Amino acid sequence: MSFVRRNLVLLLGLLVLVYMYIPNVIVALMSFNDSSHARNLYRFQSFTWDNWLHPCRPDGMCAAVGKSVEIGLLATLVATVLGTLAAFALVRHRFHGRGSMNIVLFLPMASPEIVMGSSLLALFVATGFGGRLGFWTILIAHVMFCLSFVVITVRSRLAGLDANLEQAAMDLYATEFQTFWRVTFPLVFPGILGAALLAFSLSFDDFIITNLNAGQTVTFPMFVWGAAQRGVPMQVNVVGTVMFLIAIAVVVSGEVLSRRRAKGLVA
Amino acid sequence: MSSVADAPAGGRDLCLTGLRKEYPNGFVAVQSLDLEIPRGSFFALLGPSGCGKTTTLRMVAGLETVTAGSITIGDQDITHEKPYRRPVNTVFQNYALFPHLSISENVAFGMRRRGVKDVKGPVADILELTELTEQANKRPAQLSGGQQQRVALARALINRPEVLLLDEPLGALDLKLRRAMQLELKRIQTEVGLTFVHVTHDQEEAMTMADTIAVMNAGVIEQLGSPTELYENPATTFVANFLGQSNLIGGSVVGVEGGADGQVKVDMEGTVVSIPVERAHTANTVGTKGWVGVRPEKVLIAPAGEPIDAPGNHMTGAVIVDSSFIGVSTQYVVRMPWGREMLAFEQNTGARGVLAPGTKVDVSWRPEFAFLLDSSQDIDAGLGEA
Amino acid sequence: MVALTPETDPTPDAVAGGPRQRRKLTGYWLILPTAVWLGLFFVVPFYSLLATSLFDPDGSVLTGYDVTYHFANFGHALSEYWQPMVRSLWYAALATAFCLVLGYVLAYAIAFRAGRWKNLMLVLVVAPFFTSFLIRTLSWKLILGDNGWVVDALQTVHILGSDNRLLATPIAVVAGLTYNFLPFMVLPLYASLEKIDGRLIEAASDLYASPSRAFFKVTWPLSLPGVVGGTLLTFIPATGDFINASLLGSPNQRMVGNVIQDLFTTTGDYARAGALSVILMLIILVLVLFYIRKAGTEELL
Repeated sequence: MSFVRRNLVLLLGLLVLVYMYIPNVIVALMSFNDSSHARNLYRFQSFTWDNWLHPCRPDGMCAAVGKSVEIGLLATLVATVLGTLAAFALVRHRFHGRGSMNIVLFLPMASPEIVMGSSLLALFVATGFGGRLGFWTILIAHVMFCLSFVVITVRSRLAGLDANLEQAAMDLYATEFQTFWRVTFPLVFPGILGAALLAFSLSFDDFIITNLNAGQTVTFPMFVWGAAQRGVPMQVNVVGTVMFLIAIAVVVSGEVLSRRRAKGLVA
Repeated sequence: MSSVADAPAGGRDLCLTGLRKEYPNGFVAVQSLDLEIPRGSFFALLGPSGCGKTTTLRMVAGLETVTAGSITIGDQDITHEKPYRRPVNTVFQNYALFPHLSISENVAFGMRRRGVKDVKGPVADILELTELTEQANKRPAQLSGGQQQRVALARALINRPEVLLLDEPLGALDLKLRRAMQLELKRIQTEVGLTFVHVTHDQEEAMTMADTIAVMNAGVIEQLGSPTELYENPATTFVANFLGQSNLIGGSVVGVEGGADGQVKVDMEGTVVSIPVERAHTANTVGTKGWVGVRPEKVLIAPAGEPIDAPGNHMTGAVIVDSSFIGVSTQYVVRMPWGREMLAFEQNTGARGVLAPGTKVDVSWRPEFAFLLDSSQDIDAGLGEA
Repeated sequence: MVALTPETDPTPDAVAGGPRQRRKLTGYWLILPTAVWLGLFFVVPFYSLLATSLFDPDGSVLTGYDVTYHFANFGHALSEYWQPMVRSLWYAALATAFCLVLGYVLAYAIAFRAGRWKNLMLVLVVAPFFTSFLIRTLSWKLILGDNGWVVDALQTVHILGSDNRLLATPIAVVAGLTYNFLPFMVLPLYASLEKIDGRLIEAASDLYASPSRAFFKVTWPLSLPGVVGGTLLTFIPATGDFINASLLGSPNQRMVGNVIQDLFTTTGDYARAGALSVILMLIILVLVLFYIRKAGTEELL
């Protein structure tokens, strides 16, 4: 009993963590659910490998996943590049309008998605793009809401970087260009990578803004939403589980790599 | 890129002329500095934080723009040269080791940037010199403070700069390690024969290592000289207080005897004391006010009436108000007849026990140990800043 | 390279001015793309939204809209949809409160009790995110379903009547919101708690504070920036959310997000949808500013 009392806070914290994982466990379980007999009942019927062997059976699902990956990668690329540049500007350079820029960067994180989505839709309609909603309008929206998160992630990494290191490089005969690629960039890179990962997950997962600006284009969350009205194919859970496993793998390998680096095992 | 390769062996003198740094907000960090640092010397810039010593160093390194004046090495003007085109390297205050590179990669960084192909030999040599061979493949984070310090030194030294700049290089180490590293640095400097410019706020560190010390305060150099010169004959109240401790007593000149090596007679609270002319840093005309200074260890005391081995400035009627025994010496606070207190440090030679507070004593010091400072200077300048 | 610092120009200002001038401009070039993107697709759209909210309500996508300064849109929107609006704020507030309690426990455990598992636990907080939140919300539908074990258990102990349900009740919606936005609460709280020097808490107990007093007098005040950040990051998106209300609730739990979404996509009543969006944004803005002022953490912006 004294063990419980001593570690009460930790145990409670773990309990909260378990609570956060209940849905993931359900999703993983349901990916093995054979729902061919009762499509409309969202409950476990019997075990099958079928969903994993034929993930693309539901009409349009894999196309939607592909579309989401495509948009996710592009939005991540654009937002990461632009956001990293902006983070450098904010940390390393002086310019007029810095204060308002900080506010503009903060606001997207403090606005409800429904408001951002409807504003963008209002803009597209007002400028005559209302009939041409689709891939490009989704991409524009995704880059927009990813930017702030990228800037903030890279900025905090950059701000934590000791400016002396760059001066030391310059002192040791590295030109500005060499200093950037040999010292600054390698040190900020983990931050940039983290920002990219975050941007991709935000983009891949977004529904509210996307749905308003998608036109006829269907992303994976939109597919799930549409399916939810009729009965969700169990293969959706396969995609959810795979995404989760990929993310875990990326994070774990990053952690292992940085640990081995810290121990000096990898050059 | 030619500057590094063409440097003549043994280096050249570093010369700062009218060097000034003013920040955009109007703060003047360095007023107008003139310094000549001969090649091969170990030079220390000593001063409290904010005195402009680090700014001066950073201007020499090229990490800070120069507002006015010039920096030359030999006949080469490097005032506005990029940091990477100067034959100068820096050991940074917190070492600034690249955390993503191994120790040997850190050390090889400068040579690689200069396009040297084979760095293995020189890297091995310098790691040997700094006793880091075992650590070659580790990362900076795995090293102790003292080891990191040596990496920073090796990383700069391997480039054989004409001038090596050290910015508070031992500030992050504990006292014992700092003492050891002071001797180590001095040894390496003698061995490689490069010009070292060392910035520090620690007077003991400066005196241990440097041949020449420039004491800086508020953007100007207060006094320049060898450690002994500065300590024995300070020219300003700031130097007198910042470098060690001093007793400063107000007085006024009553006469001058003899010529260039004569004595200045000063009336100090009713007692006339004499000070050699070359130690009087005031206008030596009758009536000039000044501070009479004497180092506490030069002040001798003895119970009233007993003889003191110090001909010259002798005063009676003082009382011990406090004594603290600190092993090698005993520090006395003595109240003089005119009410002010003086410090006297006495070696514990065993000739006499510790005198108790309340003991009436006579006070004396040899005239050649006293100095006279300008009375317009603040008597408390430099106190509590080290 | 020599050309960069012309020897013919001895005045230091002119020599130093060259690169410095270039450096000054670099900042603008670096920030420009982001500024333009956010300006065009975040700031300008707010004007469009405002304009939309003042449309002539009789327009349509086909005939086009006119900005007629039809302020009546606001009145209509409010009188018609004040219920979902109030419900949204209420549900979001409840979810934020639950998140604060759960999130604080978890963040505190990670910051002070996790030891060398700290990083792993942090990763575990973020990891569920990578399964699409729509899918996760759907799985709550299963958990809280009428034949699920939660309902069964609650019915067995008579907390829930035998024909009462969880799904399609406010409980389910608030539970869903709490679950979905919990990580937004945990991360800022952790960032704040982690900065607290453990010795401060020891000092407090050394100065005769009981554990609970030490918590409320030392830990809690020092974690306030995280509390403010976390509650904002939870409350704001929760207010605008409509997915939990749609999937876990019934039409009786309709939130303002559902209304706006329907007006835009199904009804095509852009004017009223725009007006409702503007109202939502204004309410949130006022609440947030008031809250930040009250909490005294303006540096958050």
